[in-house]
Amino acid sequence: MHIPILSALMNYFQGDGRVILPEIELTLFGLGILLIDFTLGVKERYLNAGLALLGTLFSAYTVWKLRIPVDADGSLLGFHDSVVVDPFFLFFAALFLAATVLVVLLSVKYLEIEEEQEGEYYALLLFACVGMMFMASGIDLIVMFLGLETMALSFYVLTGFLRREKRSNEAALKYVLLGAFSSGILAYGFSLLYGLSASTNIVRISAMLGRRSAFISAILHSPQPATAQFNPFLLQLLPVLAFVLIAVGLFFKVAAVPFHQWAPDVYEGAPTPVTVYVSVASKTASFALLLRLFLVVFGATQVNWMYLVAGIAVASLTWGNLAALTQTNVKRLLAYSSISHVGYILLGLVAGNDTARTGIAFYLFAYVFMTAGAFAVLIVLRQKGLIGEELEDLNGLYQRSPAAAVLLLIFMLSLSGIPPTAGFMGKYFIFLSLIETKHPVLAVFAVLYIVPALYYYFRIVVHAWLKQPGEAPRIAMSSAQAVALGVALFVTLAAGLYPEPFTRLAHYALTFGP
Amino acid sequence: MDFVANHILSVVLFTPLVGALLLLFVPRENENAHRIAGNVFGVLGFLVSLPLIRWWHPGASKFSFEENVAWIPSIGARYHLGIDGISLLLVLLTTFLGMIAILSSWSAIHQRTKEYYILLLLLQTGMIGVFMALDFFLFYVFWEVMLVPMYFLIGVWGSDRRLYAAIKFFLYTLAGSVVMLLGILALYFYAPLPAGATRTFDVPTLLAGAQTFSDPLKVWLFWAFFFAFAIKVPMFPFHTWLPDAHTEAPTAGSVILAGVLLKMGTYGFIRFSLPLLPTDTALRSRIISIVIFLSLVGIVYGALVCLMQKDMKRLIAYSSVSHLGFCTLGIFALTPNGLSGSVLQQINHGISTGALFLIVGVLYERRHTRMISDFGGLATPMPNFAAIYLIISLSSLGMPLLNGFIGEFTILQGAFQVSKAWAAWGVLGVILGAAYLLWLYQRVMFGPVTQPANEHLPDLNLRELATLVPLVFLAFWIGIYPKPFFALIEKPVENIVRQVNPNFYPAERAKLPVPELPSAAAETK
Repeated sequence: MHIPILSALMNYFQGDGRVILPEIELTLFGLGILLIDFTLGVKERYLNAGLALLGTLFSAYTVWKLRIPVDADGSLLGFHDSVVVDPFFLFFAALFLAATVLVVLLSVKYLEIEEEQEGEYYALLLFACVGMMFMASGIDLIVMFLGLETMALSFYVLTGFLRREKRSNEAALKYVLLGAFSSGILAYGFSLLYGLSASTNIVRISAMLGRRSAFISAILHSPQPATAQFNPFLLQLLPVLAFVLIAVGLFFKVAAVPFHQWAPDVYEGAPTPVTVYVSVASKTASFALLLRLFLVVFGATQVNWMYLVAGIAVASLTWGNLAALTQTNVKRLLAYSSISHVGYILLGLVAGNDTARTGIAFYLFAYVFMTAGAFAVLIVLRQKGLIGEELEDLNGLYQRSPAAAVLLLIFMLSLSGIPPTAGFMGKYFIFLSLIETKHPVLAVFAVLYIVPALYYYFRIVVHAWLKQPGEAPRIAMSSAQAVALGVALFVTLAAGLYPEPFTRLAHYALTFGP
Repeated sequence: MDFVANHILSVVLFTPLVGALLLLFVPRENENAHRIAGNVFGVLGFLVSLPLIRWWHPGASKFSFEENVAWIPSIGARYHLGIDGISLLLVLLTTFLGMIAILSSWSAIHQRTKEYYILLLLLQTGMIGVFMALDFFLFYVFWEVMLVPMYFLIGVWGSDRRLYAAIKFFLYTLAGSVVMLLGILALYFYAPLPAGATRTFDVPTLLAGAQTFSDPLKVWLFWAFFFAFAIKVPMFPFHTWLPDAHTEAPTAGSVILAGVLLKMGTYGFIRFSLPLLPTDTALRSRIISIVIFLSLVGIVYGALVCLMQKDMKRLIAYSSVSHLGFCTLGIFALTPNGLSGSVLQQINHGISTGALFLIVGVLYERRHTRMISDFGGLATPMPNFAAIYLIISLSSLGMPLLNGFIGEFTILQGAFQVSKAWAAWGVLGVILGAAYLLWLYQRVMFGPVTQPANEHLPDLNLRELATLVPLVFLAFWIGIYPKPFFALIEKPVENIVRQVNPNFYPAERAKLPVPELPSAAAETK
């Protein structure tokens, strides 16, 4: 039997459709949640979470399946070379999906306590994930930008999801304004790139930029006819300007100093599961975009922009670590700490060799799970009548819930980079790459910042372990929260105790398709 | 049995860890069960380390009982354990003092007993691992892992300023070890690779490779490692964490800190720093003179500060600065006497200072104060205690027939061979040591009982005797017949001296009268 529309669909999924199948599935599930949400009673709304989980699982399965053709051909291209499926995408897509699963698991009980159990929330999580996946798979400036905006718009809404809470609204507004501003800067950079190369495909842009700079240096070194109508300085300046604008836009998104001011406020104001999502997934996705742009488009000129990135990295390390020392709100503290983590990852970009690439991927991987774990403990703390975000709220956590306290300790150790945890292995690769590429001063900076970092992470530990509990209630952990914490703990410890498979994965991850 | 024999180091290493894991399943309320389980694994940990002596080959010049399994192949880190005579002594010291420290806490700890014993046992595994690891990566993991339980031991069960002391200890040590991490990575990266080989963290390979480095690189590496070890030992300007940590820690914590933790620094000097000394003589002697200068300052300064302490525990803590100064003096004299004296002195310090902390712990449990002025004339109510305390004090100050004398004498002998001035300053430290320890003893034990509360202090009970008597026994053993100990470290020390001070043995031989061999005599004629 031959049904035209069905066979057209089949053809589609053999070709272009295949490269965006994971995203299609997530979108369909997101739309499905929006529809089904109408039919659910108030008490049944948690079922949306189940649907969201199902969607991510389908998508994850597809990503897993895509591995086979990728291993065979190196990469799959689609939509006139604007979307690619390569190891880079597979790694990051898996990471985003894992983060989404963790956030969904952590959200159910939290939203119940906040009395905001709505279907849109889960749909937005999935749409944000779709955006992030396009950020990792796009090799066309338009696709990348659309992915970024899909993600960002979902996040603006999610940050302000607690409509009745002032902090949440304030955070959302701040996020929208600064986010729009940074997107604008980024778009300006993109437009310059297009102007320079007459293409939006980054592979072609890269080739054009190379030819252009070769051409310009050739004419600059040859005698000029008197009638020449160009300013050589301007000609050389344009690619630099494009790079700087793109870099600034992306540094906003990853919250690197001095473009980080939005982060602490947004982290503090957003509902904590959304904070997890912003700090973990949005940052990773922005890094995916940044890595592909920096390494593919501007890869040839690494020696020129290295110093800019190194400056930003050291500034992030310094300011992130110093500002975190005095915070009393754990979410703000972790916001500043995540700024310092950005510094470490950017240092990997400065080194830029093979070890550094492995290190960046490993670091991002570890970062996702250990940060999600640390926030998850805070989410578990959130009970009726207790916000649980101030350092004081952690007092005596050990007496109230020994398991939560042990978990918190392990995540803090990992965040500060004490072996044998995932966080240490991430730092290990970064440090090694700095030594390999002869940046001893940066390496010394980087290692010594572990010391203040340990101090503020252990301020959290001191409150949880060494202070007496006041009137605070005992902690009740839901099973979804327990699963999320268990996953985060497993990865944090496994990647520290037996890093071999994770190292291979990280090594595999930073291979670009075309 | 074969399996155990082939993996004896792993067994010794993980026995405490197994104990800690088992303790996790003991219910929280049952304090006595925690105590019993903790002590059982403390004793067990010591017992399983005894076969190391029995199976030891006295002539072994390289590492024994080696285990070498792949761990993280993609970066070349391996699970590589092995010990030589020096690390054997330190491992035995660790298991022995660990057992005693656990026993000493029976009645001192009343809150969170379960966690207390778990942490002590974890700490035990971490420390043993440091002395056994022959892979830099593994070494670093143990080196860092061990900080966490110690932090909690001080922070939870310490006295009033425990939070401050605990984080100070952690941050100081961490600052040193992250710099060492860079040193390790540089060593890993710059070590020459034979064709086709992958990078490795193997300690012997890397240290052998380091011999080909240029002198400036070696100097940088030396200081990177030095920084970490000098903080750990602690040497003079880096010692400020020590009085706080020792004073605030619970008794068992102080015993472990002084007895074992500080030795990780000196062990690191011997194992890793000495091979990184540059070959250029001028450069080398400048480094040596800096380190020796710091050691001598430490010896004298530590002793002088002891003289003005009001707190017994703080006094003993500062005495460690002085005593460890002897150890580093011996190490960097680079003579066989200095080195073997230093290793022995490390063991002695573990025994004597460990016992001194136990003694303060005994008093603290009875009176809940450590101030010297709160005591006086204790010899009357506590005669057995007085006797043991006297022996230990004498052993610590270097009285002949007791262990301290052997160690200090050998070190001074080794230092004397290089420079008389070094030995002279060292001797000053010995004299001052006698002064502060005897003066402390006099103020606490002699004279009339000054405070009514002290009149009826109970003497040592059986458990306390069980913790102190073995230490007294060891003090006498090393003092009277140290030969078995020297025999263990003779070979490794000789290897080290041959490697780092190649001129020493030929020079010493030249000083000897020419042997009257028949052929040699014939030639001279």
